[in-house]
Amino acid sequence: MKQALTRRRTAGLLAPYSVWALLFILVPLAFVAYYAFTDDTFAFTTEHILRFFTAKSAVDGVEVRTYLLIFWRSLKLALISTAVCLLLGYPFAYIMARAGQRTQKIMLTLIMIPMWMNFLIRTYAWMTILQDTGILNGLLSALHLGRVHIIGTETAVIIGMVYDYFPYMVLPLYSIMAKLDPRLLEAARDLGCNSLSTLRRVIFPLSLPGVLSGVTMVLIPSVSTFYISQKLGSGKFFLIGDAIEGQYTANNLHFAAAIAFILMLALLFCMALMKYLTNRQVYGGETP
Amino acid sequence: MKKIIELKNISKSFDGETVLDHIDLDIYDNEFLTLLGPSGCGKTTTLRIIGGFEQPDAGDLVFMGQRINDLPPHKRSVNTVFQKYALFPHLNVFENVAFPLRERKAPKAEIEEKVNEMLALVKLSNLAKRRISGLSGGQQQRVAIARALIGHPKVLLLDEPLGALDLKLRKDMQQELKKIQKATGITFVFVTHDQEEALTMSDTVVVMSEGKIQQIGTPIDVYNEPVNAFVADFIGESNILDGVMLADYKVRFSGQTFPCVDAGFAPREAVDVVVRPEDVDIVPEDKGQLRGVVTSVTFMGVHYEVIVDIGGFKWMIQTTDFVDVDEHIGLYIEPDAIHIMKKSEYSGLYGDYSSFSNELDELEEDPAPAEESEAEE
Repeated sequence: MKQALTRRRTAGLLAPYSVWALLFILVPLAFVAYYAFTDDTFAFTTEHILRFFTAKSAVDGVEVRTYLLIFWRSLKLALISTAVCLLLGYPFAYIMARAGQRTQKIMLTLIMIPMWMNFLIRTYAWMTILQDTGILNGLLSALHLGRVHIIGTETAVIIGMVYDYFPYMVLPLYSIMAKLDPRLLEAARDLGCNSLSTLRRVIFPLSLPGVLSGVTMVLIPSVSTFYISQKLGSGKFFLIGDAIEGQYTANNLHFAAAIAFILMLALLFCMALMKYLTNRQVYGGETP
Repeated sequence: MKKIIELKNISKSFDGETVLDHIDLDIYDNEFLTLLGPSGCGKTTTLRIIGGFEQPDAGDLVFMGQRINDLPPHKRSVNTVFQKYALFPHLNVFENVAFPLRERKAPKAEIEEKVNEMLALVKLSNLAKRRISGLSGGQQQRVAIARALIGHPKVLLLDEPLGALDLKLRKDMQQELKKIQKATGITFVFVTHDQEEALTMSDTVVVMSEGKIQQIGTPIDVYNEPVNAFVADFIGESNILDGVMLADYKVRFSGQTFPCVDAGFAPREAVDVVVRPEDVDIVPEDKGQLRGVVTSVTFMGVHYEVIVDIGGFKWMIQTTDFVDVDEHIGLYIEPDAIHIMKKSEYSGLYGDYSSFSNELDELEEDPAPAEESEAEE
């Protein structure tokens, strides 16, 4: 009786959030799916989905499947950016979690400050830094180190993605590592581990949930970004986000929805796979 | 007996606060040694220095004849059972126990055999595949012991391992730990603040207070011949009185002269006199060496705990005879029930039951035991 009451009260408290989720998450998703599978008269069709896989065009005289190529390019850049974020962010988060209270707060603030600035402004700032006549080249030539051409290359796009999404990697990693019981590290050392094997056998497996959410939070926005590639890639790298945006602004709503729908499925599949792999790692092969 | 660990003149302080003050301690092969003391006495720090998790500020830590102050924990033949077990939550029971073997890349068959043997020793064979979060406190405790023992350390350090268990389970685990220690022949260094636990399990008890060792001895020695008022009060219940040695075998306290079994004090030397509550006989008022009024009687199950006011000093007496509050009674004390101690810095601090509650005293003096590790780190 009492339990039923509590349950009813919980449901009551959840109601506003359920309505919110319904209106702003589920309904839009349903619309994306609906548009993806219909034509201009809203009759069912798989035409747009098929078009994604079959559309062809010529690149440097070679015929390629346009959207698969774009998709692969987006995925590649996103994966590289995510990997760079992880490689830089993991040690950073670890050092941060082990530092003194004061240092932790300072590092946390430093990580957050760029997030207070507008995303567009941050990207423009990188343009002025990376341009052929930009701040970086000015600095390099002042030091007589020659010049580099970065703007308009994949490197520039990756730098932009890493810079913009780095906090989303560090924060989940940090929050997991800060909670790590220091006694576990002592136990590992007690049982014969040196620093490296403590990292490999205890710290890393226990931080995997943080790695998972960090990777999710960096991979998803970087795979679907269009702005960074337009500005830092000088429009030379047409990504899946650009494709969606382009189709959308050309009022091709149904095809834009189809691309978005496929992208979403691909990401969901990636996430499910990663979750499965980390679960196996975390519970020593035993099915949880 | 062979010395296995020697602590020589070891001192340690945290943030300017002295935690260990020139500790000297020898630990022998194959013994069950207990570091006993209230929160903040330095017992956990002593253990952590032996384990290699803290470096002493001064003094030497010697392991089988070699100074090992700077040897990191993973190179010491010492393993620890941590206070809250510190089991690896991402590994199952089997893998937790196998952890040290996998580290030194033991062959698969050997791992299988040794882990199963260890799990059998701690009676967990049927739970090998279980996740740690699916174990009870007592089972986690056993995994921690198996994991610490599987590498056959010379010394096993146990940091209040039974603190989180309920009373019955704790008693069972006390017996079992003792059995495991006998079976494996490994030296156990056990840390506790529970004097009863220390007395039941140990070969040697080391009583500590304020970063100093107060007394080292067998449980019987420490109970029967406490060296000062602190030890007498911390181990068991004690009435501690100011007295004067009139001559050998003759002591005066509470306004009376008593025959006793102690000698070797200076004439008229001021001393502390300890009388255990169970050593006092209640007799009719006219036959008593001392006379007093009963102020409270508490039923304890096996006995009554009686508080008697004798000339303003409250004695505690444990008796199976029933007396009533406000009754006038006499007390009789056998000569061998009177223990004489030299005066110490602890004289006058303990042993009067006018503020009866030990619990209350402890609350006022110390933070709760759970806060100890923080206080000591």
